[in-house]
Formats: sequence, structure tokens, C-alpha cells
Amino acid sequence: MFGTGLLKGLGVTMKHFAETFIDDRKPMPSRYADSIQLEHGRRIIDQPITQEGLLTIQYPEEKRLLPERFRYIPMLLWDTEKGEDRCTACGICAKVCPPQCIWIVRDSDENGKPVTRPAEFFIDAAVCMSCSFCVEFCPFDAIKMNHDYELAVYDRYPQLVYDKEELTVPLEYYAAMWPEQFAAEQEALRKAEEEERAKAEAKAKAAEAKAKAGKSADKPKRTPEEIEAMKQKAAARSAAAKEKAAGGADASDKASSDTGDDAAKKARLEELKRKAAERAKQRKQSEG
Amino acid sequence: MTMSEATAAAEGGSAVGVQVAAENPPVDGAAEDAVIGKWAEDTQEALVIAPDKLTAYLTYLRDRQGYDFLSSVTCVDYSAYGGKLRDGVDERFELVYHLYSTRKGGGPVVLHVRVPENETVASATGIYPGANLQECEVYDLYGIKFEGHPNLRRVLLWDGFNGHPMRKDWKEAYHEADTKPFRSRHPQGDYQWHEDKIPWGKNTTYPTGWDPDSWRAPITYVPVSQAPEDAYSDEFETESIVVNLGPHHPSTHGVFRMLTRIKGETILALEPEMGYLHRNHEKIGERNTWLMNMPFTDRLDYINSMSNNLGYALAVEKLAGIEVPERAQYIRVIMAELTRVVNHTWSIGFILNDLGALQTPALYAIEEREMILDLFEEVSGARLMCNYMRFGGVVRDLTEGWEDRARYLANERLPRALDELDRLLSDNEIVKARGRGVGYLSAKDLLSLSVSGPMIRAAGVPYDIRKAEPYCIYDRFDFDIPTLPEGDIYARYYIRLLEARESVKILQQALRDIPKGEVLGGKGGYTLRPPEGEAYQRIEAPKGELGFYVVSDAKPNPYRYHVRSPSYINLNALGPMCVGYKVADAVVILGAIDIVLGEVDR
Ligand code: SF4
Ligand code: SF4
Repeated sequence: MFGTGLLKGLGVTMKHFAETFIDDRKPMPSRYADSIQLEHGRRIIDQPITQEGLLTIQYPEEKRLLPERFRYIPMLLWDTEKGEDRCTACGICAKVCPPQCIWIVRDSDENGKPVTRPAEFFIDAAVCMSCSFCVEFCPFDAIKMNHDYELAVYDRYPQLVYDKEELTVPLEYYAAMWPEQFAAEQEALRKAEEEERAKAEAKAKAAEAKAKAGKSADKPKRTPEEIEAMKQKAAARSAAAKEKAAGGADASDKASSDTGDDAAKKARLEELKRKAAERAKQRKQSEG
Repeated sequence: MTMSEATAAAEGGSAVGVQVAAENPPVDGAAEDAVIGKWAEDTQEALVIAPDKLTAYLTYLRDRQGYDFLSSVTCVDYSAYGGKLRDGVDERFELVYHLYSTRKGGGPVVLHVRVPENETVASATGIYPGANLQECEVYDLYGIKFEGHPNLRRVLLWDGFNGHPMRKDWKEAYHEADTKPFRSRHPQGDYQWHEDKIPWGKNTTYPTGWDPDSWRAPITYVPVSQAPEDAYSDEFETESIVVNLGPHHPSTHGVFRMLTRIKGETILALEPEMGYLHRNHEKIGERNTWLMNMPFTDRLDYINSMSNNLGYALAVEKLAGIEVPERAQYIRVIMAELTRVVNHTWSIGFILNDLGALQTPALYAIEEREMILDLFEEVSGARLMCNYMRFGGVVRDLTEGWEDRARYLANERLPRALDELDRLLSDNEIVKARGRGVGYLSAKDLLSLSVSGPMIRAAGVPYDIRKAEPYCIYDRFDFDIPTLPEGDIYARYYIRLLEARESVKILQQALRDIPKGEVLGGKGGYTLRPPEGEAYQRIEAPKGELGFYVVSDAKPNPYRYHVRSPSYINLNALGPMCVGYKVADAVVILGAIDIVLGEVDR
């Protein structure tokens, strides 16, 4: 009979409608069951694979809980324990980067001798294709993928060309975002260090016998004050990250624009603008 | 105009082929004459064919050997070749043909035709009308002219474009270096901001005598290929007019233009116009190192990044002889089949969208896609641009509990969802009325037009690369190739549902049998240098035959990297399928081909 197919189809839509409607009338609709409540009715939703009915997430009020492996733009790790960048400016990440959007300048000591530390580290986030090759091939676990995806700005340049300061995050931040991988890495690192230490001890004993004098350690280019300032900055960042984590969002998610570091953001923007102006000026001078 | 007339119009092309055959009787002896050498014996052997005997040999292959499917036509510019194999060969270009038999299955016959610069070659369109778009592409990107091609034009670039960009001596504007990694950006490089470079910088070239102020875009809308003046007699005095559907049109699935000549509501001729999204993917691919291309393949058919990854990984593995561990094989199959379910439900939803059932069926259809994308994200870190496969396996193992979730999907949720979609749509009288008998093209025509994938299976050809030339471990699974005899829109809708069900069957088996173990073997890292030679690997991507043709001269970068994209080549059939139907039907006919512009334009 003509129309039976239509009716059958409408039955399917009706069923959907009824189920969703009933579910929606409950004090806690099932799609919010496992979600994390934030202030102002915002939510982080962890949608189970068994979720039925309405699947739509009302971004930006509601956001998805991101899996650990989520990748967006890379970040550089600041080893808070050792108080140094993990990056050694080896340049492998810049080599493997498919769109070639990483630019590194190696630092040098006062004699002009290059040292294993980046002086500058840029990633053009407008070009980065979030492929994560830099992370895969970095031999020092110095670069990792950030989960922060809300990066919209008014101008591509210079806001989207991230410099070292903007890219650097403390280790704790990474540990909170990538807990499983971090644990695995720490484990591997600990083992490697133990071996290293055992070796070094054996060596040291041998060296002691020789009783050598006069060692030359690389002096860091930064003054102690500078290092202190960087530490503080990193600590502030990690505190902010922790706060966010404690503020309800799960540790594996970080939504930087959520909570009130507006002032910090503004400052960052101002700083960027100033830098942009400076750069433009320099360029003009060098051209003109 | 009736269906048979439409078919006759499509067959117009192959009549030429018959003529050629008559002139050069395809005796086996003459065909042997045509083969003047061999090439790349170590990797994938190819026959070198004398240029003047090409059509005779193609006819021989088609009529005597049963090679009825011209899969890929492309070109290589050997002028910068660094390998040793080609010593003593002067010709600059080589045209490369890959032919398959849909009846016998199995591997290809690969033909190389050496062409010096500024020479023309006989077009294969007379024998295989499906060479049409591919020869246009070769002409556009390499500047090789095909004699006897019905409509040789620039397909991807604009008409006034200067030069042929895939030639090795053509450098794009702001060219930095021929190969990556670029020196200039590392480590003390003079990083240049893109904003400084635009708009007119070094190395931008224009045609001689080109003046930006006086230049006007050429008027391209006059001839819609071989539009017949008047296709049917009628009682009204009407004139046919040319109408552009697109490029910015809600029904064109992206930036795509259908140039139509219509009379009243009836389409007399239709020609696809593409290239709006062209970014010269292949040129980028040749500057990249082998590994760098992997994330770029994500951006071809962005609905199915996992299958694109798989195709490229397989091609390079074939060339470099890299083994893949057992567990990775299973993971790859699981990912590829999940992708197929995603693609088919998506395309079903959007066929319905094009039919005018706005959004409800589409959103119902892609509900489960959401779950699958979550699974993708969990293992690979991204929902669409997965970048998950590597040469020699996959980049990371599955996460804990992933298999259980996937099993839940494969055993419960997906079968249920597909049944529901079936209930919602298949008996619907409107879908039937709009779909039955519309957009018909016979199986023979489709094959001669090099159409592949669900399109030919909806016309009764049981041809699926997973069975015909198994790759990965598809020969271990028990699944069928569904076919439908009708060859119309409705069949193209329904075949996708049936195929998705078969995919679910494969998923259930793969998730049952998946072993533990390594997921990445071999030495396929960023320093990979495959041995000199070439390889063509095709997979049954959800949209049809996706092939990657790679040539290595033992350097860290691919010498040639070509994508045989199903979306692009399936568009060969768009014109013939639409002729005689109404404008509103053309929209659905396009939808039922299931194209993605990222892959069409590359
Ligand atoms: S991030 Fe890693 S790969 Fe890149 S320069 Fe630093 S240490 Fe080397
Ligand atoms: S994620 Fe990929 S594109 Fe982005 S900086 Fe790293 S290597 Fe480059």
C-alpha cells in the first residue's frame, strides 16, 4: 500500500523523539550523567559509547572531555625539578615537521660557542598541521602536544607565531594532561638514570684515582635572576593549571579560557603586540 | 530523452575505439611489436610501449586480454631523476598506464610510454573513455598533448595559468628549495613571515604579454562539451540555456561547479568544473620526505583519513619491502572498515539531503559516526586528521578498553543503527520515486569510464579490490560483495547500506581474532629511502579505487607521488549519467557518486 514506507519511517523518528523527550524531562538527563559540572552551567561531558538519544554537545557551554592522546599545537616542557628547558636545540623536530613551521635558534655561551639550549623557538601555529611528528621524533621528550584548542585571535601574525615563552609549560602541566604517557616516560627515565648513575659512579671512582683538578662547567647564559624569574613564571602557570584541574575540570582537560586568567591573557596579548611592533620596526629598518 | 539514449550518448566515445581497432587489427604479433622494453623489474615491472603503437596495444589488452578497466593514467617528468636505472634514456616524460581486469581480478598491466618534450601522444579516450579526466590532468600539470582527446583542457588550474606545475623545472612562487627539510629555516635561518611575501614576490611568473589590468577572465561557459543542439522534439519553441550549478551551491558538496546546458528542466549536457580547492598536493608530496606525506594524505578525502593513510602506507611498504606485524594488520583492517561505515552512513545521509529530506536522515545516519570518531580520537589523537598509520604498522597501540568499546559497536550498536536506517529510508515511497531509474548507466559504460567502488557494484559488477587483489589480511575474513543490478540512484543508496553491513561483519571477525603484540615494525622512520623503482598500490577505499603511485630514485624524497583518487575519476560518469534527467536529479546524481572535493582537486 502506498504510504506504508513513509509511515514506517515516521515511526522511527517518533520513537527517537519520544525517547529523547522523556529523557530530557528527567532532572538529570542521561547525557549529563557522567559530566563534570563547572560554574555558570558549563559542563565537561564525557560521552560513553553507549550513549543513546541526544548526542549533540552545546559548545561552548558544554565541552567534550578530551582523551589523553588528543593533539593540537605542540608545547615545550620546562623541567621544574632541574630548572631548565628539556629541549636541547638538536633540531630534529624542525627537520621532520612536514610544513616546516618550526624555527629554532641555538643558544651560545659568551664565547659564541653553541650550547645545547634553544635561544629562540618558534612554531607558526597557523601552519602547524597538528601531525605530532615533532613529538614522535624528539629524542629528549622535550616537546609534547597541548590540548588547548581555543586559540582564536584577531591576527595571524604575530599572535599565531608562538615563541618560546608561549610554548613553554612546566612539566606538571604535561603530567596532568598526559598522565599515562607521563608515568611511562618517567619510569623509563628513572631506569635510564639509574644505569647512568651506576656508570658514572664507576667512572668517578676511576677518575678520583687520577685526582684531576680544574673542571670547566658550562656557565649558563642566563643570570640567576633570570632563571628565578622563569621559575616563578612556570610555577604560576602550573598553579593556574592545577587550579583549573581542581576547579572541576578533569585533569586531562585544560580549557585555558574557561577561568579567570583574563588579565594574564591581556598581558600576553599586549606583550605580543609590542613584540610585533618591534619586529615590524626592525624589518622596516633592515629593508629601508 | 530515455535511458537508452543516454547510454548511447555515453557510448559515443567508444565508437572511436572500435574504429581504431579496425584499422589496427589486434593480432598478438603486432602487440608484441609494441613492447620495446621493460622497466623497474625489481619493484613493479612495467612494459615500455612504443608511442605509435599505444592505441593498438591498448585495444589488444582490452579486447584480447580482458583488461577492461583503465585504472590510472599519469606522467612522470624524469628530467631531474637521480637514479641509475634510466641511463641511456633521453625522453623526458613517461606516461604511465595501469590496467586491470575486472573479470579475472589480480594485478595490473603497467605500461610506460616514453615521450620527448613537445611531442603529442595518442589519446586513450577512444578505447577507454575513462581516460578523459586523467589525460586532462596530465595535460594540465605536465603539458603533454593528447591527440584525439575530445576536450583537452585545464581541469585543475585556471585557463590563463602559466606553465605546467608538475614539471620538475617549474618552481612555485616563493620557492625555497626542491626538497624538505628546508635549509633556510634551520637553525639560523631567515624565517620569513608569509605576510611579507604576499602578494607579488620573487619567482612569480606570468604568461608573456599578460597585463593584470586589462586581463579579463576568459568566457568559459559557451560550449558545454559536445552539447547537442536539440535533444528531443517538443511542442514548445524553447531555447537551451547554460546554467552554472555552483561553485558555491548548497548541493555541490563543496566548491564544485556543474556546467549544464538545459532545455526547460531537462539536462542536455553537463560538464564538471573543478580545481577550486587545488593545492598541488602531488608537488608538495614530491618536496616532502616519504614520511611527511602521511599527514598530507589525511587531507585528501577528509572523511576517510584512515583509508588514505592505509593506501599510502601500503604503497611505500610495497616499494621498500617493509613488513607489518600481525597486530598492526588487524588494527589497520579495523580502522579501514570503521572508516567505511563512517563514509557510507555519511553518504547515505547526504544522498537523502540532496533528495530534499533535509537534515533528519543525515543526522540520524551520522549518529554512530560520532562514536567511531571518538574511538579514532582515542587512539590517534584526532577525529578527522588521524595520521595514524606508519610504514610498517601503526603509530601507537590501542588504548585500554578500546577493543571492548569497538566490540560493543560492531556487535550491537552498528547493526542496530544500520537496521534502523534501513527501516527509516528503504521503503520510503519518495526515496523510491526519486531514485528508481534515475541516473542510470550500464555496467559496461561505468567500467569503460573507469568508475569504481560502490558505483559499479550498484550496477551489478561484483568487483571489490579486497577480493580481487587482496591486500592487508582481507583474505582471512568471511564477507560478501553485495551487488544490485539496477544501476540507478536508489541502488547506489542501498548498496552502501549493504556494504556497511559487510564491513560490520569484517569488524566482528577482526575484533574477535586480533592478537597481542607489536604494532610497528621495520625501519620506516623519517630517514626512509626506498630502493630505486616504482610501485602502485590501490585499496578499496569507501569511495572507490584509491591508488598511490610512487617512484623512488633512492633519495629521501619521493621522486613521483601520484594519487589516483576515486572521487575525481568517478566524475567521468557525471555528465553521461545526468543527460536526459532533470536539474533536480543532477543534484542527487552527484550526491550518489559521493565525492569529496579535497580528493577531487588535490
Ligand atoms: S624539541 Fe626535541 S627535537 Fe626539537 S630541538 Fe628540542 S630536543 Fe630537539
Ligand atoms: S605538530 Fe607537526 S606540523 Fe606541528 S610543529 Fe609538530 S611536526 Fe610541525
